[in-house]
Amino acid sequence: MQYSEKVMDHFQNPRNVGKMDDADGIGEVGNAKCGDIMKIYIKVNNGILTDVKFNTFGCGSAIATSSMATEMIKGKPIEEALTLTNKAVVEALDGLPANKIHCSVLAEEAVKAALYDYYKRNGIEPPESLKSCSGCCSSCSTCEEIIC
Amino acid sequence: MICVLYLNRSHEYILNRAEACIMEIYADNAATTAMSPNAKSAMLPYMDEIYGNPSSLHTYGQKAAASLYEFRKTIAYYINADDKEIYFTSGGSESDNQAILTAAKIGERNGKKHIISSKFEHHAVLHTLNKLEKQGFKITLLDVYKNGIVKPEDVRDAIQDDTAFVTIMYANNEIGTIQPIAEIGNICREKGVIFHTDAVQAAGHINIDVKKQNIDMLSISAHKFHGPKGIGALYCRKGIPLYTLIEGGAQERGKRAGTENIPAIAGMAAAFKEACEKIEENTIYVTELRNKLIDELSQIPNSMLNGDKFFRLPGNVNMCFEGIEGESLLLLLDAKGIAASSGSACTSGSLDPSHVLLALGIPAEIAHGSLRLSLSEYNSKEDIDYIIKAVPEVVAYLRDMSPVWEKLQKGEIKYAIQ
Repeated sequence: MQYSEKVMDHFQNPRNVGKMDDADGIGEVGNAKCGDIMKIYIKVNNGILTDVKFNTFGCGSAIATSSMATEMIKGKPIEEALTLTNKAVVEALDGLPANKIHCSVLAEEAVKAALYDYYKRNGIEPPESLKSCSGCCSSCSTCEEIIC
Repeated sequence: MICVLYLNRSHEYILNRAEACIMEIYADNAATTAMSPNAKSAMLPYMDEIYGNPSSLHTYGQKAAASLYEFRKTIAYYINADDKEIYFTSGGSESDNQAILTAAKIGERNGKKHIISSKFEHHAVLHTLNKLEKQGFKITLLDVYKNGIVKPEDVRDAIQDDTAFVTIMYANNEIGTIQPIAEIGNICREKGVIFHTDAVQAAGHINIDVKKQNIDMLSISAHKFHGPKGIGALYCRKGIPLYTLIEGGAQERGKRAGTENIPAIAGMAAAFKEACEKIEENTIYVTELRNKLIDELSQIPNSMLNGDKFFRLPGNVNMCFEGIEGESLLLLLDAKGIAASSGSACTSGSLDPSHVLLALGIPAEIAHGSLRLSLSEYNSKEDIDYIIKAVPEVVAYLRDMSPVWEKLQKGEIKYAIQ
């Protein structure tokens, strides 16, 4: 198993690490039994994600995908963040080992969970694309029992 | 302790890094060891001077055959076996496979299809047992309790009329706990049940006496005691007809075909001799390093040692740090020049954490945050000082970005490790 240079860079020098006291939306996905939990905080101003922070419990690629996902949506309009896919995160990191793809799924779900939370807090009906979010990558055997 | 240029290291990502000088500490001796200079020089003549095939009748062959005989005697001597009881194999996994399949064949012939083992064996054992289970064998995997040690009375209680054999490892590869081999050997001998032990982690580190300990079969691997990789041995007590895994020649008394890897066997014999001669000295030195490491790392809040503190291999440290994940810990330590290992799911390719830690009853979320540091006599006191400084820093950094740690601190979830 080999991580790309970009994965190692984002793992060793993660961007946007931290918590946010005045977040407009918070999304947390994953489960400690599976070994990954991602928590993403967003700050929204005039429909733009002016700030994004993350906290992650997980392996190297979990930290790297969190970092990359936050970079990809920071400063972008909400509509653009809604279209973020795990595939795009993987591509931006120059690939992930096959058994680590679930980390990118988790990163996408964490972003969506934060957006969902933002909509809910503001009394806005979330778009359909957010409602399917399971908050779980369903990649490990211990995860099945968790209903998100 | 060596200071090297990052540029000397192979990873591409490191090639681009500017840091000039870091420590380089190898603390993964349970995975493999550096070869001893003695073992290395013992191998060299067998590459280009004494290169004959021991099966050949000419002088070249006979010289090689004479050496092979000496190497076999060396291995036998240090476990108190007869040279005719030593079979060279490609390593621990092959030895385990051959021993288990042998014992299963014998059992099957006598209508005995029950096998006793433990929950935390190496996969070379567990996977072979899975295969046998599919062929109709019943497998009992004994509990290893919280301290990672099998209870001999559990072995006694588990033995039935149709028990074919017992296979229990000598020392665990992840947590280093040493099993009561002599007691288990006694029980098996008394009950007339074959006893195999995977001694891959123990050989060269703990004194082994197959006669006194009533061991019928024992697996060893050279690269765990500063010998070369790809070579190992199986001790099989006289009177137990070994089952042949590899057919095609009369080598190893017809029990393992293929021209003998004499350079590797020479290296293994030299390394085993050296390791066994220095067992007492190395045990004292390495145990001191280990204990210092355990004591200091235990100061990290919400950390714990996995497995019994005293009945463990001299060089094994295995700890869990709550709220973090092992692979990221491992990679950050590597970036600081420390090579360690983890029972983390993420390092193994599967997503479930170490079966060894789960067998101890450690919850999956804690088992993900494990770190194994396995030392050898090649480690210095300075290495330990550096590790003691580096690990708490990395643990604190990862905890700081961990949502699990945040919840623990806020009291939203309860600490599993106090």
